[in-house]
Amino acid sequence: MAVLLLAEIVGGEISIDQTGKALSAVKKLGDVTLLCASNDCSSAATAASKLEGIKNILCADSSLLQNGLAEPTADLIVSLAADYDHIAAPATSNAKNILPRVAALLDAMVITDVTGIIDAETFERPIYAGNAIQTVKSSDAKKVISIRTAGFDAALETGSATVETISATENPNLSEWVEDKVQTSDRPELTSAEIVVSGGRGVGSEESFAIIETLADKLNAAVGASRAAVDSGYAPNDWQVGQTGKVVAPSLYIACGISGAIQHLAGMKDSKIIVAINKDEEAPIFQVADYGLVADLFDAVPELSDAL
Amino acid sequence: MKVLVPVKRVIDYNVKVRVKADGSGVDLANVKMSMNPFDEIAVEQAIRLKEAGKVDEIIAVSIGVKQSQETLRTALAMGADRAILIEATSDVHNDIEPLSVAKLLKAVVDEEQPQLVLCGKQAIDNDMNATGQMLSALLGWSQATYASELDVDGDAAVVTREVDGGLQTIKIKMPAVITVDLRLNEPRYASLPNIMKAKKKPMDEKIPSDLGVDITPRLTVVSTSEPAERAAGVKVSSVAELITKLKDEAGVI
Repeated sequence: MAVLLLAEIVGGEISIDQTGKALSAVKKLGDVTLLCASNDCSSAATAASKLEGIKNILCADSSLLQNGLAEPTADLIVSLAADYDHIAAPATSNAKNILPRVAALLDAMVITDVTGIIDAETFERPIYAGNAIQTVKSSDAKKVISIRTAGFDAALETGSATVETISATENPNLSEWVEDKVQTSDRPELTSAEIVVSGGRGVGSEESFAIIETLADKLNAAVGASRAAVDSGYAPNDWQVGQTGKVVAPSLYIACGISGAIQHLAGMKDSKIIVAINKDEEAPIFQVADYGLVADLFDAVPELSDAL
Repeated sequence: MKVLVPVKRVIDYNVKVRVKADGSGVDLANVKMSMNPFDEIAVEQAIRLKEAGKVDEIIAVSIGVKQSQETLRTALAMGADRAILIEATSDVHNDIEPLSVAKLLKAVVDEEQPQLVLCGKQAIDNDMNATGQMLSALLGWSQATYASELDVDGDAAVVTREVDGGLQTIKIKMPAVITVDLRLNEPRYASLPNIMKAKKKPMDEKIPSDLGVDITPRLTVVSTSEPAERAAGVKVSSVAELITKLKDEAGVI
């Protein structure tokens, strides 16, 4: 059995965390070949070569694959697919864009957000935003899977895989990259942050969200928000944690002034430790919180910031 | 320009889903069903394009059980012009796989020749996030996923996409499949007169064999289980106690 793993590369830089955790998940399936496919990705391939457990690295450094454009990247993967039984990637927005396209071209049903690999054809994945876990068995000749990395260990960085340079396939001329606007904030990215501090309707206004942000910055955390807070205009939409927003699973999730609507819980209940700060002691958020503090967030959150 | 908008009937996002005791799936009996929230955003965007004079006709398509008619009527009440129902199963618990859905939609595209397919980025039931990309691949069209801004202009579209680190803007050739994310718009509510009018709008009904598509699933569901329950937590009485617990007991700060 052989696995082709697509490395997570953004702006020419590899995410060792995402790529390494996906590697940890798939290496039991067979020999892993890592594919680095992007513009200016030679240094990413070199950085990836130290990941322990890779057989070899294929590096397609081409402006055609600029910032993970789906059509040429999918064509490249399909051109390589004959040699592999599994085609995998960490379940980033990048890979989620590309892999279903690959699967359709191979006439296979993609299996996304895999949280557990039972055997070569059986996989666990969350459905209904994690409110149920489904185990599915694939009858496809080639399995195309994306890995939700949160539950897998980081890979050791003691390897020395060889890098082979390959060419991109022909330009399908369907799309072109215009620009990336990466968040200017120094905060970690919401879906991969170790700590997330979130505010809900209880925060009361856009201005008051500053106390949530202050606490987040003290903890080097990402900032999240409930749908209620976003709908009320207190926080931007890309901070939204929940079924229709982002699904997060940090080591520590601090929910401030969040009541705990079902659709919010769906987006954060896999966090390792959950802290709830809410003045309503009946709030459902306390049912999932490891540590609950019944207090006015306007007192407790600044006090917490100051004490850290 | 003609636009095709696929819409899916799913459990309403405010309903707590329950796994059936025998592990065979999620209980859908007597549960409130609604249009997938992301698909509502796609319908809304199609209507806005029509209002801007860029689109002449909006066709809503739904694939699933016969009751998906209700979902299509919602799309028609919002402003779609006509609807196509592909009745692919009679069992509400039988979720049609994205690969099959993409093949059925391709057959509809071949017949209807739209220039644009606008769909939700994922359905909130199976959370696959796959149909749009798969359809685009089968058609050999360009794709833009997770759109938060969209400017269609003649032969091309400029799409701003929500990606993990922020936003990415790409320019794609038409025809195209575009999947939409939350920030693109806020869907309208259908007015009562429009709900009444929607009852008179045309709805075609088909079955997969009419379109020559084999929808045999590739994935077998072995089991469906409840996620691990969280152990009951404790209440702390002060910020100081909370910090102590986080430092010494949980070791997370």
